[in-house]
Amino acid sequence: MADLAAESMLRDAAMVVGKDLRLEWRSRVTLSQILPFALLVLILFAFALDPDRRILEEATPGLFWLAVLFSMLLAIQRAYAVETTDGVIDALRLSDLDPAGIFLGKAAGIGLHLLVLEVVLFIGVTVLYGATPHGGLLVVVTMLLATAGLAAAGSLYGVLAAGLRVRDTLLPILMLPVVAPVLIAGTEAFSAAYANSSGDGWKWCGLLAAFSVLYLAIGIFAFEPLLEES
Amino acid sequence: MTSPSSDTGAGILRLHPDGTASRGSRILGIVVLVSVVVFLYVALVASAPDKSLDAQGQLVRIMYLHVPSAIACYTAFFVTAVASGMYLWKRTMGWDALAASSAEIGVLFVALTLLTGSIWGHTTWGTWWEWDPRLTSTALMFVLYLGYLALRRAVLDPTSRAKQSAILGIIAFVNVPIVHYSVDWWRSLHQTATVASLDPQIDGLRLFALMFGMVVAMLLYVWLMMHRFRLAFAEAALEAKGLDLALAERRAEARADGGTVPPSVKTEGAS
Repeated sequence: MADLAAESMLRDAAMVVGKDLRLEWRSRVTLSQILPFALLVLILFAFALDPDRRILEEATPGLFWLAVLFSMLLAIQRAYAVETTDGVIDALRLSDLDPAGIFLGKAAGIGLHLLVLEVVLFIGVTVLYGATPHGGLLVVVTMLLATAGLAAAGSLYGVLAAGLRVRDTLLPILMLPVVAPVLIAGTEAFSAAYANSSGDGWKWCGLLAAFSVLYLAIGIFAFEPLLEES
Repeated sequence: MTSPSSDTGAGILRLHPDGTASRGSRILGIVVLVSVVVFLYVALVASAPDKSLDAQGQLVRIMYLHVPSAIACYTAFFVTAVASGMYLWKRTMGWDALAASSAEIGVLFVALTLLTGSIWGHTTWGTWWEWDPRLTSTALMFVLYLGYLALRRAVLDPTSRAKQSAILGIIAFVNVPIVHYSVDWWRSLHQTATVASLDPQIDGLRLFALMFGMVVAMLLYVWLMMHRFRLAFAEAALEAKGLDLALAERRAEARADGGTVPPSVKTEGAS
């Protein structure tokens, strides 16, 4: 019985993420708007922090994750903008999809977008800031765990703000303090990888993993009532 | 449209036609006032300055205000989380009003904690702000609950607002220890020389000042809560009544125009 419920939850999640990816394939909003924005942020950081004084290279881990957080806000707003127009959210409520499945699907969709953003940003900081990482495995694991946490929290807060007239201004104030631990842990883990001392970085991955599990769990339970009210 | 005044926790409170005061709150108010005067005398005059090894001197006095307000804000947010949980269970507007009131007063106490911490830092470290883990995580908590209050203002429909903010009230409280420990961890990596922290030697009258300060802060919290809670409840009642009033007015207008009165005017909460 529990297996069946979990199976239908995952099937619903796959349907939602498939729909979101198809939407992105047709509209290319992430590709043509959010991705250029992320690169723009990297260039703006260079204007703010003198590129000749090696500040950029030293600050690369933090700047990378800051750029991810800013782009994440846009990705979440986009993920729920497609749900709130034309009464889609009512259709979603009536669709008999498992709310936990919808949550996981939205989170997976946001997560996949974020991963693409992160890969491009990573190439960006490597080329533009001249920062070369050493611990490749640590970098990859950090990215995956942080993305899971950001996507879970984002999917949760996205539905909370969706449907409100002030959602664009409310989402950052609700989300950024919550994901501050991800910024800290992601930055520290990357710093360790760049400094070629991966050992220090792994415990930050533990924090990222705990954060992701916690927000996935909260989302699975809290998404249904939030969806009803959005 | 459910009317918040009809289905709700009448057991939790009574409505007060003449303001938010009652006999109980007036008596408590007097007790708080007297306690504050006594507290200020003990904290600022009667107790001796700190002369221990890591001497804080006169500066120790700010702690009698700083620590109690920090404890009061944690209490307030704990009450918000519990009331949020109770709302999700019982679905009565009284619990929602309790959560909202407590969060608002909690934010007030966080602001006080940050302010006193910053003033203390200015005289000890020479700067208004150091990235001390406790101060930093408190600042994040401040913003976190400002977000909670912002959400409350953003949702217009009372039932939606209650439900959404109840969930956020619980998540925010769960988030407090995560933020606290991650910031703590973050600072402990970077701090080479330990920054002096507010941990003076506490005994005798100093201990009494601190403990008494906590009692006063708790009493103040309760007193503020009584008023803020009744205000929140009156607001909810007004919200419901205002809608009925507006409906009646529109119907009267329609009648005056000689038009047909619609059987029901559809109202939509802008959620």
